[in-house]
Amino acid sequence: MNLAKFFTKAVISTLLLSSTSLLAAPEVNLYSARKEALIKPLLDQFTEKTGISVNLVTGKADALLTRLKSEGRNTPADVFLTTDAGRLHRAEDAKVLQPVQSESLNNAIPASYRDPEGYWFGLSLRARPIMYVKGKVDPKTLSTYEALATPELKGKICIRSSSNIYNQSLVASMIAVDGEAKTESWAKGLVGNMARPPKGGDRDQIKAAAAGQCDIAVANTYYFGKMLAGGDASQKSAAEKLAIFWPNQDGRGTHVNISGAGVTAHAKHKDNAIKLIEFLASEDAQAWYAQVNYEYPVREGVKPSKVLAEWGNFKADNLNLSQLGDLNSKAVMLMDRAGWK
Amino acid sequence: MALPSSNITPSASLQAPSLLFRLRSKFTSSNLFILFLFSTIALLALPVLTVFSFIFEPASDVWNHLVNTVLSDYLTNSLLLLLGVAAGTLSMGITTAWLTSMYDFPGRRAIEWALLLPLAMPAYIIAYTYTGLLDFAGPVQTYLRELFGWQYGDYWFPEIRSLFGAICMLSLVLYPYIYLLARASFLEQSVVTMEAARTLGAGPWKRFFHVALPMARPAIVAGTSLALMETLADYGTVQYFGVSTFTTGIFRTWFGLGDQGAAAQLAAMLLGFVLMLILLERYSRKQAQYHQQSSRYSIHKRETIIGIKRLIASFLCFMPIVLGFSIPFILLAQWALGETIDSAFLLLAWNSLTLAFTASLLALTLAIILGYGQRLFPTKTVKAGVRVATLGYAVPGTVIAVGIIIPLAWIDNTIDAWAIETFDVGTGLIFSGSLFILLFAYLVRFLAVALGSVESGLQTIKPSMDDSARSLGFTPIQVLRKVHLPIIRPSLFTALLLVFVDVLKELPATLILRPFNFNTLAVRAYELASDEQLASAAPAAITIVLTGLIPVILLNRSINKSTLDNHQ
Repeated sequence: MNLAKFFTKAVISTLLLSSTSLLAAPEVNLYSARKEALIKPLLDQFTEKTGISVNLVTGKADALLTRLKSEGRNTPADVFLTTDAGRLHRAEDAKVLQPVQSESLNNAIPASYRDPEGYWFGLSLRARPIMYVKGKVDPKTLSTYEALATPELKGKICIRSSSNIYNQSLVASMIAVDGEAKTESWAKGLVGNMARPPKGGDRDQIKAAAAGQCDIAVANTYYFGKMLAGGDASQKSAAEKLAIFWPNQDGRGTHVNISGAGVTAHAKHKDNAIKLIEFLASEDAQAWYAQVNYEYPVREGVKPSKVLAEWGNFKADNLNLSQLGDLNSKAVMLMDRAGWK
Repeated sequence: MALPSSNITPSASLQAPSLLFRLRSKFTSSNLFILFLFSTIALLALPVLTVFSFIFEPASDVWNHLVNTVLSDYLTNSLLLLLGVAAGTLSMGITTAWLTSMYDFPGRRAIEWALLLPLAMPAYIIAYTYTGLLDFAGPVQTYLRELFGWQYGDYWFPEIRSLFGAICMLSLVLYPYIYLLARASFLEQSVVTMEAARTLGAGPWKRFFHVALPMARPAIVAGTSLALMETLADYGTVQYFGVSTFTTGIFRTWFGLGDQGAAAQLAAMLLGFVLMLILLERYSRKQAQYHQQSSRYSIHKRETIIGIKRLIASFLCFMPIVLGFSIPFILLAQWALGETIDSAFLLLAWNSLTLAFTASLLALTLAIILGYGQRLFPTKTVKAGVRVATLGYAVPGTVIAVGIIIPLAWIDNTIDAWAIETFDVGTGLIFSGSLFILLFAYLVRFLAVALGSVESGLQTIKPSMDDSARSLGFTPIQVLRKVHLPIIRPSLFTALLLVFVDVLKELPATLILRPFNFNTLAVRAYELASDEQLASAAPAAITIVLTGLIPVILLNRSINKSTLDNHQ
C-alpha cells in the first residue's frame, strides 16, 4: 500500500476543501451555537437577498465563546449567535463583543430583549410553560411555577436534569423574584414531586406524560410544536394528549428566554455583520422562526404561526434577561443542594 | 519491559569493527531521537497540562459546594460504571475472540468481522435507539401494556436510562477493543505452544486459562484500558441517561457554574482514575513477561466443534452482534426511511473519511515512534513521558478542545504580533484556523488507541530478537523496519482501524475546532440527535456506520492475511 502518496493526497485535498471559502467575496463569518439545521435556511435567504455569503461554524455555545476569547483580535468570526441570554451576557463580559448602534434593530426589537448598549440583540423567544395531560389534570388547579412544589402533586411531575440550561435559567428567574432561600425550598418540594429521576430531553418529558408516567411536564414550547407538526405519528399522538398552561399570568408572567446575536469585538466585516443581524430581525426572518421552529418572534406585529396561535396569547416574564446570566451559577448550586439530579 | 541493556550501552557495538565511528554516530543520532521523542511528548501533553494549570486559579467556594453535595455521586457512579463496563467488555470480548480464533463453527467467517460492527456505532446513538425502543413510552412497553392491560406502576420493567443501562450501552460498543486486540494476540500466538500444551494433556479450558490467556494478557489489558478510558471520557450516553459522573460534572461545573478552576480539579480527579488504570496495566505486565519462545510458526488450524457446543458457540458470538449492531441498525434504518439523503452527504462522508484516514496514519506513525522509542530507551522518564502523552484519551473531547485552542491560539497570536512588528504583515491564525488543529486534537485524543495495539504487538517479540538483529549489524531503524514491523503487522492494522473508526465518530472536538463550513457525519448526526430529532439524525448516523464498515472489512481482511503470511 502506498501510504505516503495517499497521505499527501488526503492532506492536500482536505486543506483545499477548507480554504475554498477564502476566494469568495463579499462575506461574513458566523460562529453559531444554534444548530445548522435551525439557521442555515435563513442564512441562505440572506445570501440570496444581499449577495453576501455566510461562512458558518456551529458548536456548543461555551466552547465557541472560549474559541472567540482565545483567538483574540485574529478571530475570523464577525458574528456570535447563541441561545440563552445568560451566555450573551457572558460574551459581553468576556469583551468579545462590540456595541452596535442600529436604528432598525432598535426599532424592531423591544428594549427588554436587547442589550441597552447594543452588545447583543435577541432574535427569537422561547417560552417554558407547564404542560398537562388533558382529562387527568384540571387546568384550574394549576397556577404558578411556585405551585408545582405543593404536596398534592407528589409523583406527578416530569422535568429534565438540572444540568440543562433551560432549567438553570428557569430557576435563576425564580431566584431573581423569590430570593434564594424560598427558591431552594421550592426546588426541594419539586424534587419530591418528581415522578422519576430526571432523564432525557424535553420531548422525553412530554412522551412520558402522554404514556401515563406523570401528569405534568415542563418543557419548551418549540419541542411541543415540533412534536405536533413533525412527521412522526407516535410523537404527534403523544403531544396531542397534552395541553399548554401558561403559568404566573397573574404575576410576573411565564418564563421566557431568547436566542440572540452580537457583533464580535474584532469583526473584519462589521457592516456585513450588522446587515446579517438586521436581516435576522426582519419580518420575513421573524416569521420563519415562528413557522418553522415554533419559536416566538421578538418583533412585535409579526403574525404567529397557526400552531402558536392555537396556544393563545400569554404574558411573558419581563425580567431583564442579563440577570439570568448573573444568577446562573447560584441556580446550579441551589439545584445541587436540593438534590435535583 | 525487560529489555537487556546491551541494546543501548556501547558494549553492543564493541563487536563491530569501526568502533569509534559507530559510537559517535550512534550517540548523536540517539540524542537527536530522544530530543524528538520528548518534544513530541511535550506537544501531545500540552492540552491536558493546559487544563491542569487551571487548578492554580484562585480557589472558590464552588469546590466546597461540590464536595458537600454531588462529589460522592460522581465518585460512586464513575467507579460503578468502570467496573460494570470492565466486566461487560471483558466477558464479551475474550469469549468471542477465543471462540473465533480457536474453533470452527457455522458462520464463523462472517461472525469474525461482524463482531467488529458495533465499533462503528457511536455510543450516544446506540443509547438513543435503545431508549426509543425500551423506554416507558416506547413500542416494547406500550405493546406489553396493551397486551396485558397494565397501567403505569402495575409492572416492573428494567429502566434503560439508568446506570445499568449506561453500562450495557457502553459495553456493547466497546467490547470490540478487547475482541480485536485479544484475537490478534491469540492468532499471533505460536501454534507450537498450544500443541505442546495439548500433548502434555491440557484440556481446552486449561489451555485457555494457563497458556493462551496469560500470553494474551498484555493485549487484553491494553484493550480493557482503552475501553475504560473511553468510558471515562463518554459524555453523550451518561448525560442522556441522567447518570452523573465526572464527565457530566466537569461540564456542569465549567459551563453551568462557570468555574474553570473547580472543573479542572474535577478533571484532575478523573485523571487520577486514569493513572490508576495505567498503573494497574503496568503492574499486570510486570507480573509476568510473556514472549513467544518458539520461532516455528505454522498455519493455525481451528478445531471443528459439533453438537450443542456448536450452538452455544454460535449463540455467544451472535449476541453481541445482534445487540450491539443489528437491533440499533434496523431501528436507525427504519427512522431513516422517511428522510431524504441528498448529495451533501457525499461531501460529509468525504470529509469524514479523509480526516479519519489522515489522522489514523499520523497516529500510527507517532505510535510506532513512541512505542519503539520506549523499547530502545526503557528508562523511567521515557516511559512516564509516553504515558503522559496518551492521557488525552480519557479526557472528554470538549475539555481537550478547550485545552488545545488556548495554547495554539496564543502561539498564533504571538507569531502574528511578531510578524506585524517585524514585517508589518500579520500572519493570522496559522495553526488554530486550519485543519491542522483538528488533526492535532485527534492525535491527542486517540494516540493511546494506536499506541496500545503497537505496544502489545511489540511485546510479543522477544528482546533477544532485537539483540540478534543488532549483532548482525542492523541499525535500530533497520531492526524496526525489517524485523518488528513485519511481525506486528496485524497489530499495526488494528491500530489503524481503531483510530480510523474513533475519528469517524469523534464529535465534541470536531464541533469546536473545525474551520468554517466544514462538516462531518458525526457533527450532522449529533446536531440533529441532540435537538431530539432522532429521525432526521438517522441518515447521518447510518452513513457513519456504513462508512465505518468499509475500513472494518478491509482491515479485517488484512489482519487475517498478514497473520497467515507471518505464519507461513
